[in-house]
Amino acid sequence: MKNNKRDGTFYINPYLGGILLGLVLFATYYITGRGLGASGAVKSTVVTAVHAVAPSHAEESGYYSKFLSDDASPMNNWLVFEVLGVIIGGFISGTIYGRLKLKVEHSPKITDKRRLIAAASGGLLFGIGSQLARGCTSGAALSGMAVLSASGIITMMAIFGSAYLFSWIFKKLWI
Amino acid sequence: MTGPLIPMGVIPETWNNVIALIIGIGFGFALEASGFSSSRKIMGTFFGYDFVVLRVFFTAAITAMSGIIYFDFMGWMDASMLYINPYYVSSAITGGLVMGAGFALGGFCPGTSFCGVAIGKIDAMIFSAGLFVGIFIFSEIYPLFEKMYNSGNLGGAMIYDMLGLSKGVFAFLLIIVAIGMFYAATFVEKKVKKVDY
Repeated sequence: MKNNKRDGTFYINPYLGGILLGLVLFATYYITGRGLGASGAVKSTVVTAVHAVAPSHAEESGYYSKFLSDDASPMNNWLVFEVLGVIIGGFISGTIYGRLKLKVEHSPKITDKRRLIAAASGGLLFGIGSQLARGCTSGAALSGMAVLSASGIITMMAIFGSAYLFSWIFKKLWI
Repeated sequence: MTGPLIPMGVIPETWNNVIALIIGIGFGFALEASGFSSSRKIMGTFFGYDFVVLRVFFTAAITAMSGIIYFDFMGWMDASMLYINPYYVSSAITGGLVMGAGFALGGFCPGTSFCGVAIGKIDAMIFSAGLFVGIFIFSEIYPLFEKMYNSGNLGGAMIYDMLGLSKGVFAFLLIIVAIGMFYAATFVEKKVKKVDY
């Protein structure tokens, strides 16, 4: 191995990465009967927090109430543990390849502040969209594609099609 | 052991959260090691300077799909027991379009932003905070979306049924399309000016 793999610039081969991710997704279906997810864990946390602060508001709401049940807290949710695992797994990989560093990453043409405002707006829109589509890139698009569901393929095409269009509109943020 | 293991009762439900944590570690490792903790690497797919997202995403989808079809064919897993996200036509498409706009502004999706958080990307932390706010806002103004959210329910519709193809034929075509895109991506990358990130 000639290259220094720990300087943060090394990434595994994308096809190897895809096969690894595909095997993780396959194992998830084989073991649990469901796919992967990410936004669902945030939803569970929001539901739990709102229920703790304003229990009657959550119980009367048309949306929160869908995810509240008497026997278990929504925090006690499969996806919450899975996302804790994602953070641990990302940290392990970041440690191995030397990428642990506190920083704001952005194009040299924009400021930290502009990048952070765009990131906050992007997260906000992704949060709203993921609730409408009943899942995000992981839970709706990728997991749906693995089982060839209509919702998975259509949501994937909508996300990537829209991202292609909007990334040219917001081109100055990136290149 | 015929899968899916937990719904079949092969593994007791009490193991659910431990399994979730272990699967999450694999998920997070695969994403970070492929470069998904960097918004500028992710955005390369949309500007043509680095198609890592296209390669990883479609390789993962066809790997998992092939595994499921093969295990089902061999009788090692009952694919009819797998959870299928219901297809609500207008909310799936609208939600996808809104997520695409968020993707182009933020440079992450939820899963990849958590990987960014894990290695200390402050922009990923702000994106993740935005997710909480967005989901909170959606929940609070849900009555405005309720009609769209519940309209056009096609249930667990399958894409190959909608197109009038068999599962195997559609899966084969998807693999061919993916390989075609991988070739096209390599071609485009050579044409596009490199971006340093």
